Amino acid sequence: MGSLDLEALAQGMGGKVHPLGIDVPREALLPALTALREAGCRYYLLCTVTEVASGFEVVHGVRDVEANRTVFVKTGTGKDDPRVPSAVPVFAGANWFEREMLDLFGVVFEGHPDPRRLMMPDDYPGYPLRKDFPMATPWGYRPATDAEAP
Amino acid sequence: MTDPLQEVADEVVRFPGGGVALFRSDRLFKWAQTGSLWPLTFGLACCAIEMMATFAGRFDLDRFGMILRPSPRQADVMLVAGTVTIKMAPRIRTLYDQMAHPKWVVSMGSCANSGDHYRHVYSVVPGVDHVVPVDVYIPGCPPTPEALMEGLFVLQRKIREGTDGVA
Amino acid sequence: MAEAPLQVVERDFGELAMHMGPQHPSTHGVLRLTLRLRGETVVAADPGIGFLHRGVEKLSESLGWEQLAPVYERDDYVAPTFNSLGFCVAAERLGGIQVPRRGAWLRTLTAELTRIASHLVWLGTWGLDLGGALGGGTTLYMYCFREREKILDWLEAHTGTRFHTNVNLIGGARYDLTPELARSARVLMNGIEAAIPELWGMSGDSSILRDRTRGIGVISPELAQAVGVTGPVLRGSGIAFDVRQAAPYDAYPELQFDVPVRREGDAFARFQVRMEEILQSVRLVRQILDGLPRGPIFTRRPLKNPKASKLPAGEAYAAVESARGELGFYLVSDGSWRPYRLKIHAPSFANLQVIPHVAPGLLVADLVALLGSLDPVLGDVDR
Repeated sequence: MGSLDLEALAQGMGGKVHPLGIDVPREALLPALTALREAGCRYYLLCTVTEVASGFEVVHGVRDVEANRTVFVKTGTGKDDPRVPSAVPVFAGANWFEREMLDLFGVVFEGHPDPRRLMMPDDYPGYPLRKDFPMATPWGYRPATDAEAP
Repeated sequence: MTDPLQEVADEVVRFPGGGVALFRSDRLFKWAQTGSLWPLTFGLACCAIEMMATFAGRFDLDRFGMILRPSPRQADVMLVAGTVTIKMAPRIRTLYDQMAHPKWVVSMGSCANSGDHYRHVYSVVPGVDHVVPVDVYIPGCPPTPEALMEGLFVLQRKIREGTDGVA
Repeated sequence: MAEAPLQVVERDFGELAMHMGPQHPSTHGVLRLTLRLRGETVVAADPGIGFLHRGVEKLSESLGWEQLAPVYERDDYVAPTFNSLGFCVAAERLGGIQVPRRGAWLRTLTAELTRIASHLVWLGTWGLDLGGALGGGTTLYMYCFREREKILDWLEAHTGTRFHTNVNLIGGARYDLTPELARSARVLMNGIEAAIPELWGMSGDSSILRDRTRGIGVISPELAQAVGVTGPVLRGSGIAFDVRQAAPYDAYPELQFDVPVRREGDAFARFQVRMEEILQSVRLVRQILDGLPRGPIFTRRPLKNPKASKLPAGEAYAAVESARGELGFYLVSDGSWRPYRLKIHAPSFANLQVIPHVAPGLLVADLVALLGSLDPVLGDVDR
């Protein structure tokens, strides 16, 4: 369990530090997460996506439990065809968090072992948490079911 | 103390060793139905916790003959307690269809009545009456156990005096 | 009709795929477990969720800051106060809002009472899972709910409703404590403390419960960290992490309490952790009642016009230790009257992820014990 120098880590990956952690380019996401894990951050906290003007920001949170330090690793994608590498090879706990983001935002996590939708029905059209998806969807979506047949 | 049979039967004759009671058949059946409504355990969300508290020792619905059954084949009334989502709606319909007649549906709580504050959300069905026909609506978020009991008593009255369920 | 030729059907059907849920008495809500079984043994378990997905995160983007706290109480509906508390702590961290000491201590009071109530629900329903709904489990369920009713009565006297109490505001607590309520809270704590040995006698001392939960669903510390389980599940696997001590908020910096930790990582260890947490919560409530500071309970009144209260732009992450684990709020604000993006780290979501790793090899009955020991609340999982 070595000491964690976020500034040096961020510089080495070609990114920068921000108040909650580090911001790295997409290609450096897995190396950054692996380096954090080697340095003691073995606890996986969460993965979240925020839609920004330039695309989508993918944030992974990891924690060093002994040193009580939480680091949020941010990376960005473009607006069309947003893809990031999946963190599941590094942290098993990223599985469902990434599936939820895939489901609700449409961000593709390359290398995810099980890229199915999580919250919405499998055939749901659209990605609900995107800003251009209206929240007040009129109750018109009726999943096909044989119970509805007369 | 009045003989409870007198309230339901048309004629009661008691003699040593037993008695004879004469019922109109629909009153007899309705008396039996209201006295042993078996709900289907269908707690979806927070109202399920209040439903569990109502079936627990303090409010005790077992004294009204209500025993929670997990299988729809053994249940009379479906107590929809909680928010109905689009993923859950077909399953609710399937379970309702699997229940045998006569069957009733009680919508417990604002989410099942109308969707509550989730009404406009993309994944929520605004009220379970879009999926199954409802007999009694119980308002509240969540309804207190007293409100749930009152709703079930309304259902009992409806059974005794009104229609016998869903056509 | 032509006669079909006689066929000899193989005795061994191989694997059987079976759905457990979403309507099931033991899945603690609308959870669908797709099981692959070989006989009675689980080969693979795949949890399917989303049956209670109410889009709370999307709803958050259209409601004002002051309106949002009660919305989250419906997420983890067994311990509702923690959800709004987490949101308020995160919003206060984002906005740099100070909470007066009395308000902070009152929030902690209702939080710890909610923790006791939540653990009682967990224990009662676990009794139903393990003992059967018409069998011995109902006894434990009735006793636990009897104790919980006393807590709910106190909350009703304090806030007006039994749960979904809406006590937490951004900037303090909504309702103040009267001397009668403080007195009745002490009586309540004495009652809970006296009831715990009785509940332990029904559960922990029962050899049947021990046999059914020892060695079941062992989560190693490495798996616990990699998957990111939290709360009593994490502490039952030997990792001493509690948000109340790691990142204290409200009154916790000034209060004394122990965090129970067990090394075995099985269902019985998680059970022991939760039972001791109830006793620690009683200790905390007593300290709060003894040392409650005077003063105001909130710094900003809730405004009638939701568009009038704004929080500065920025990002913040804050977590509280709910009865299920770390309930975290990742808030992104653009300086307007509503959040730009709000992500809830739900403890039950993280805990359920461990099922595919731990379920293979268990019998179906053990799977029910495991699921109960993880204590998921589907409103928390699906949000």
